Amino acid sequence: MDDPTTANLHAADPDSVLLSVRHLKKAYGEHTVLSDVSFDVPKGKVVVLLGPSGSGKSTLIRCLNGLESIQGGEIVFGGVPVDTSSEKEWRRLRTSIGMVFQSYDLFPNLTVADNIRLAPLKVQKRPKAEVERQMDALLGDVRLSQYKDALPRELSGGQKQRIAIVRALAMNPRLMLFDEVTASLDPEMVREVLELMLRLARRHMTMIVVTHEMEFARRVADTVMFLDEGRILERGSAHDFFTSPATDRAKGFLESMAPVSDE
Amino acid sequence: MNWTIVAHSLPLFARAFIVTLRLSAISVVLATVLGLALALFREYRIPVLSQASTAVEEVFRNTPLLIQLFFLYYGFPSIGIKLTASFCAVFGMSVLGAAYMSGAFQGGFGGIPRIQIESARALGLSTPQMIRYVTLPQGLARSVPAIAANAIFIVKETSVFTVIAIPELTNTARDLIGMYYHTNEYLFELVVSYAIILIPMSVVLTLLERRVRRGSFRTS
Amino acid sequence: MDPSALPDALSLASATSRGVGVLVAGDNVTRLLEGLWTSLSIAGLALLIGVPLGVILGALRITRNPIVRGVLRVYLEFFRIIPTLVVLFLAYYILPAEFNVQVSGPTVAVVAFGLWVSAETSDTVRGGLVSVPDHQIDAGKALGMNDVQLLWHVRLPQSINLMIPATINLATRVIKTTSLLLLISVIDVVTVGQQIMEANRMTHPDAAFWVYGFIFLLYFIVCWPLARLAQTLEKRAKERNNG
Repeated sequence: MDDPTTANLHAADPDSVLLSVRHLKKAYGEHTVLSDVSFDVPKGKVVVLLGPSGSGKSTLIRCLNGLESIQGGEIVFGGVPVDTSSEKEWRRLRTSIGMVFQSYDLFPNLTVADNIRLAPLKVQKRPKAEVERQMDALLGDVRLSQYKDALPRELSGGQKQRIAIVRALAMNPRLMLFDEVTASLDPEMVREVLELMLRLARRHMTMIVVTHEMEFARRVADTVMFLDEGRILERGSAHDFFTSPATDRAKGFLESMAPVSDE
Repeated sequence: MNWTIVAHSLPLFARAFIVTLRLSAISVVLATVLGLALALFREYRIPVLSQASTAVEEVFRNTPLLIQLFFLYYGFPSIGIKLTASFCAVFGMSVLGAAYMSGAFQGGFGGIPRIQIESARALGLSTPQMIRYVTLPQGLARSVPAIAANAIFIVKETSVFTVIAIPELTNTARDLIGMYYHTNEYLFELVVSYAIILIPMSVVLTLLERRVRRGSFRTS
Repeated sequence: MDPSALPDALSLASATSRGVGVLVAGDNVTRLLEGLWTSLSIAGLALLIGVPLGVILGALRITRNPIVRGVLRVYLEFFRIIPTLVVLFLAYYILPAEFNVQVSGPTVAVVAFGLWVSAETSDTVRGGLVSVPDHQIDAGKALGMNDVQLLWHVRLPQSINLMIPATINLATRVIKTTSLLLLISVIDVVTVGQQIMEANRMTHPDAAFWVYGFIFLLYFIVCWPLARLAQTLEKRAKERNNG
């Protein structure tokens, strides 16, 4: 395979399901954050999660790689049910699930190269030469090769986020989770990050994306899910959701997100 | 453990307990007052006094109390200046304590967010008004946990008074061990005595730290 | 005539000029420095044992096991509450009795100070480790790291620059505390000083002022640069963490 970002990607059967979530429930004590959430993510497809703040989007995405414990429901990944209570099982799975966060989460004490190499070498224990080759290819792909030996603080926010994406990709994940990755970026940096994500989508990377960028969501999503108060209120194609939302909540949400007109 | 021996020595320990408590209390109060003065001299960069404060802090923080006490109690008389043991103890401990207390206050004042000062200026407050209504109350509130920690330090440090024969807890235990050799009993009483004073202080310190971390300190 | 009875300017001046002679007489300065070396090597050994032990204990204090955490908290609080001098006495009287062996004063001191250092270090390390932001830990977890890898690759490297100044400050505290060694019959710098005063009691009755003054200065010369170094490193660490 020529394309480093899709190595190990099983795109053979585009309709088969990579991730399946059933009746997922998440609560902090008495306070229910997610109730009875069910959905499937087909291989090679992009699911975008939309919803007002506090609707549970970020919590949901964090439940999908075990960063949050869940109080009920099932998760099936790659056809295999996940023992969601086992931290050990999650650790194994997390090398197959890449995640990028809102806050710049590069390790500030490590160079760009060391950030990228760390998990493949120390967690996956892959051979050094192979990891180096892949890293060089990935850095070249995002045109950041010249920053290989730089420290994160020398990078702009957009560059940091692209490196964070590369760091996740270096584990050859089968699924990528993006948690509002452009939310703390300056506007001029948002574009370079979103473009990289669009490229990944075109290469059939399976992705779940939480975002507030509506135009991007419309372009990248195969499926849009609208969350409100911990439930999936609507789901469907991007076109259907943006042109004719079914519920008043979704209508209101879309209006609130619409760009303010100058006139 | 022979409880008869413990019971017999109890009155002696009780008396020593009072001595430790009294000397600790005096030292803590003096150290706090003097420490606040040192901190204010430095905070408001008062000429001469602020340099003197720095000198006192550096010298007393970087030398052992034991040597300070020996110097006061044995060194000074040898050149003709006689000081009582209690005076040396309280004086040494208060200045040493003040050197640390000053740090506690400076940390408290330094922790006030810049925006608070800028807000005060923006409201047109004069410098004295700002000190009175913004800096001092907030700084003092923020200093409280470090002051409590220093108070604990001072109480523990009074054990060193034994070297100039002040009849406090450690001295009493040493004397008794020297006379009767019931080490286990006397050491037990010694540890329990300190625990009685310091466990409540330590609990209060933990609560204060928690309150400050939650930011629920009322500053007025 | 008792020189301390009525000090006038003249007798004070002549007395002090005599006293300072004690310091330079014979090999007295060398002997004092040897005593200081004893104190410093005891402090050094205690740190050498106590700091690594404290790092392990500190790492254990962030485990999920509440019993381990509780036991280690009590261990720390014991040393926080009991004066170091009392810890020294406990070790001095209890070690030989319990193990039925002759334990030398310096050994007692190294053990007592070492345990104290480990307790203080454990709290420094715990504080540093938990100061690493949650999102950094999440990032490590998302890369599949286990607890040991998180500790080694994420928590420790990001908090070590906070731990080092605290450890240097602890070192100065240990060095200052070695002044208590004379109370458990270790021939430290203070004991040597007292021997010198004793030997010169007839000829130099004011030796105490000069000898204790000199020891005072010695401790300052050792501790002050360390304290400054800690201050500089602490400031740098804070600046880096904020930037």
